[in-house]
Amino acid sequence: MPDKMHVKLTVNGEAQEFLAEPRELLIYALRERLNLTGPHVGCDTSHCGACTVIVDGKTVKSCTLFVAQANGAEITTIEGLGSPDDLSPLQRAFREHHGLQCGFCTPGMITRATKLLEENPTPTEEEVRFGMAGNLCRCTGYQNIVKSILAAAAEINAAKEAAE
Amino acid sequence: MIPAPFEYYRPREMAAVLALLAEHGDEARVMAGGHSLIPMMKLRMAEVPHLIDLQDVEGLSGITVSGGEIRLGAMVTQAEIIDSKELAQAAPILREAALQIADPQVRAMGTVGGNVANGDPGNDMPGLMQCLGARFTLVGPEGEREVAARDFYEAAYMTERDDDEVLTAVAFAVPEGGYAYEKQKRKIGDYATAAAAVQIRREGASCAAASIAMTNLSDTPVWSEAAAEALVGTELGPEAIEAAVTAMLAEIDPSEDNRGPVEFKRHAAVVILRRAIARAWSRA
Repeated sequence: MPDKMHVKLTVNGEAQEFLAEPRELLIYALRERLNLTGPHVGCDTSHCGACTVIVDGKTVKSCTLFVAQANGAEITTIEGLGSPDDLSPLQRAFREHHGLQCGFCTPGMITRATKLLEENPTPTEEEVRFGMAGNLCRCTGYQNIVKSILAAAAEINAAKEAAE
Repeated sequence: MIPAPFEYYRPREMAAVLALLAEHGDEARVMAGGHSLIPMMKLRMAEVPHLIDLQDVEGLSGITVSGGEIRLGAMVTQAEIIDSKELAQAAPILREAALQIADPQVRAMGTVGGNVANGDPGNDMPGLMQCLGARFTLVGPEGEREVAARDFYEAAYMTERDDDEVLTAVAFAVPEGGYAYEKQKRKIGDYATAAAAVQIRREGASCAAASIAMTNLSDTPVWSEAAAEALVGTELGPEAIEAAVTAMLAEIDPSEDNRGPVEFKRHAAVVILRRAIARAWSRA
């Protein structure tokens, strides 16, 4: 059995350090070691996007990343994007526009959408659909997810303009 | 799903990678983005007792366009291909193809080197690189060598690369003329049912040069010289296109799988090649 390795991560701004086998997948390190159960294990085959987290500025599927690869990385999960008392604009928009039903895909959806709006603050509907293609939802039919993301984009842009 | 245990290495220099490969032989494998290898390890269809992560190895990144040549380091991701303005200018077919690979999260990790080196017939970049006449740089214990993409693929997952070599870069001349990468897939993110990479150079009313490669229609990509020759010297009338399609059909050898029976794949190949030729010609 190979030795465990020292893993250092910065997760949602906090330094974390633990011993893990290199084969441990990032999603399990987040969920089972750090109790960050927002990112979900959906398909476990890099299709559904429920496990999406931000690693060094990229949205990635954490079921397809060994914790060894992420060693040294800065990671943001849904827990780092907002809290029940202080929802992010996307979280508010998903609530207001009924962008979820069972909620299982939602953390991955919102994490991916956060990055999408950073890269493209004024997406068209088509760009939202294409940019969210790595996240599957079995409930909503996507209409309200797209609506929520477009609404959040409008809100973020309005707030930015007001601040200028 | 949990893969079998392995020793993990993250060297900074290629010399260290080569030393590990020499030491562990076929028990060692290099990993780029890992989005082909990790799923196979999780399914325990690939066992890799010694896993060498290339993410910190120097000299494998970057896109350069200079002197009519384009070079992509093996670790360039599909997302970097899509975002590169320089590449979109010099070889827009790469962006067109990369946008049809997987989904945003997978493209953030998946690399051009992994895509071409893996030898998966479903991957899009091998056919595209054959269309472009690209060369792959391989580094091994004997030093560096270049292999033409058109000579690289032997069978599914079998390539010209030796076990103790690492694919470090792909390079090709800046392509000329019109281009198209057309892909038929069951859903966004899927591998191709059929895909075609086409570059066409036009002089006046006629086709001066053409290159055609097909993806996922055989156990290797299929670069069809005969299909391209059927177009050269013509004005791409219905007869020329029919001749190109007939030549392509003689060279592909699809097998039945969950993307459909052989007849359907041959039909899809025809539709996709016709579309790709028409679009490349319209841009030529």
